[in-house]
Amino acid sequence: MTVWTGNEGHHEIFEAIAARYIEENPELVSSVSFESLPAATYVDALTTQIAGGEAPDIAWLMESYAAQFVDSGVFADLTPTFSETEGYEFDDLIPGAIELWSRDGNLYGYPFSNSPFGVYVNLDLIAEAGQENPRDLIASGDWTYDELMAAAAAVSSTTDAAGFLPHDDPYTNWNGALGQMWLAWGAAPWSADGSECQFTDPEVVEFFDWFHTQVYEVGAIPLPGEEFDFASGQAGFMMSQLSMSTGLGDDFEWDFVPLPAGPAGQVSVVGQGGVGVVAQSDHPEVAADFLAYFTNPESTRLLAQFFPPPRTSLLTTETLADAAPALSAEQLQSTVIDQSVEAVTKAGHPQMSQINDPIRVRLDSLWTPEGDAASVLAQVCTDIDPIISGN
Amino acid sequence: MISAVTGRRREGPAPSGSSRRLRRIDHAVGLAFVAPVIIGVLGLGLVPFGYVIWYAFHDWNPLVGTFTWVGSANFSQLMGDSTVWASLGVTLAFALMLMVLNVTLAMVLALLLVQKLPGTTTFRAFFFSPVVVSTVAWVLIWNFLVASNGGINGVLSMLGIMGPNWLRDPDWALVTLVVIQVFKGVGMNMILFIAALQNVPADVKEAARIDGASPRRVLTSITLPLMTPTVLLVTMITLISAMDVFAPIQILTQGGPGRSTTVISYLLYRTAFVQQDFGYASAIGVLLFCVVLVMAALQWGTRKRWVHDEV
Repeated sequence: MTVWTGNEGHHEIFEAIAARYIEENPELVSSVSFESLPAATYVDALTTQIAGGEAPDIAWLMESYAAQFVDSGVFADLTPTFSETEGYEFDDLIPGAIELWSRDGNLYGYPFSNSPFGVYVNLDLIAEAGQENPRDLIASGDWTYDELMAAAAAVSSTTDAAGFLPHDDPYTNWNGALGQMWLAWGAAPWSADGSECQFTDPEVVEFFDWFHTQVYEVGAIPLPGEEFDFASGQAGFMMSQLSMSTGLGDDFEWDFVPLPAGPAGQVSVVGQGGVGVVAQSDHPEVAADFLAYFTNPESTRLLAQFFPPPRTSLLTTETLADAAPALSAEQLQSTVIDQSVEAVTKAGHPQMSQINDPIRVRLDSLWTPEGDAASVLAQVCTDIDPIISGN
Repeated sequence: MISAVTGRRREGPAPSGSSRRLRRIDHAVGLAFVAPVIIGVLGLGLVPFGYVIWYAFHDWNPLVGTFTWVGSANFSQLMGDSTVWASLGVTLAFALMLMVLNVTLAMVLALLLVQKLPGTTTFRAFFFSPVVVSTVAWVLIWNFLVASNGGINGVLSMLGIMGPNWLRDPDWALVTLVVIQVFKGVGMNMILFIAALQNVPADVKEAARIDGASPRRVLTSITLPLMTPTVLLVTMITLISAMDVFAPIQILTQGGPGRSTTVISYLLYRTAFVQQDFGYASAIGVLLFCVVLVMAALQWGTRKRWVHDEV
């Protein structure tokens, strides 16, 4: 049996779980191999291998492609196997965490990593810029995106560093960078079933207009083509997840705080990594049985060394301390655990592969000082309507 | 062909059994030497290309598992797809700029570095070294250099010049990619030109000088004409490789801003591996093959007019 993942560093724990499964089920499987692929080209590689008839039995997938893979039938239904597996504790799964991977009450993928987004803060830089500590703003109820951008602009204007870095490059990966943020505007760029373009909705236009202003007028966010690295102390703030904490040393003082509030209030957002059984694989039934073992409460406790689990019973500071030893108990509780339970999963579209490029190309005309969000987003809908309307 | 060979053989003494055996061994050894190339061309070139043509007549989404015969629908879509034709224009602009800059710079460098002067070996190594550097590493280094707050703009800033946003300005992005590619590949063409220069017979040049030809006249009337077979080779190789450029675009611009750097090979990649429309991407692949074939044929067809010793 072959399992594909995007991270080689996790193999030791994967293989330990697999070894136990093989020992307990020698009649089902003789070996499990885990193969790592670069995350940036993971979906391309997965598609290529499926096209070449070399589909893995189980594949890892990020949340932005979950809807597409579930809707198109790439992943097999896991519900019969999971519900029949003794001790699986299906009800322990956080409902909001599995929603993206479910259709009509059936589960097609398991979000083994359920990691909330937060904001990393370079405390040295904000002190140098004379800005208030975000923890104080949270305490006073003033932790908003506008306050964040004001502080970021101060950092940018008074130091050599950038102000605020989104989670990804907003100019080439619009959904990966902005999808966490626009939810705080109440914005939904497409309808729930993905068939209707809503980029022209007032909330969406307001969000993109606001972001454009932060880039070109406020100066809080780097311009297109500028390169900065938070871990090297080159930015005041960066939106990311708890896994980034492992790459931060003690070169500067930092904190990890919850997402700020937007016009629609504070919306906690999680990014997910899920696993599913590839329906076209050679051993889908055995793969589903292995996946049930791989994601049962006992295995999930082991996986929690790396990934925030989607199980309520395991969302504790003790469990997560292994995943992010650099984070304090307060940071884990306030920024990870408290946000996880009620969080919304970052949106993906059932035809993300088809709409990603046309939207990126059209948004390029927004990323100029004169860019006008309303007219550009209207063009976005004109471009993608023919693609999504038949959905 | 076989009878002609046999006919010539009949003029001499009949081959003995041992010489026939030696000839068969010669043929077998020769075949063994070329077999890897033949197998490679067939297995990795012609057979896959046959599949691509077959796929181009299908609607194929491997994720969903659909593979349906659609006849010429993909080619009909191709004809009316403005994105494809715009990409073709970008591709031609990229390839022509790259070929002209690369060949010109390589020739200038070769003419300078063929001289027997101190330090020429070091300079040859300097200009050739990017050829052996991994393309990805080369492009990543340039990514830092051409960032809008990167090394090049930093130097320009010290000189009081505000550099452009090299990769995010539609007017500069394609030119920037061309320059990055030129510096990556110019060393190889320079070496080929140096070899060609060294093969120009010294006595012919000497005779021209004795006849009173100036150094410039020797260059334009003797040296360059005798190098034209190499120039033909270099321009063809450079043009064909420019038509399927991929890595710098994937790493630096992802085809943007807008579609200003979306060359057709990159559009093909996005259509197949990102949009999972393998049938349509195959049709784009067939179009790319036809375009490269036409351009190579044009170069080959016009060689008699400008390549020395061609008849």
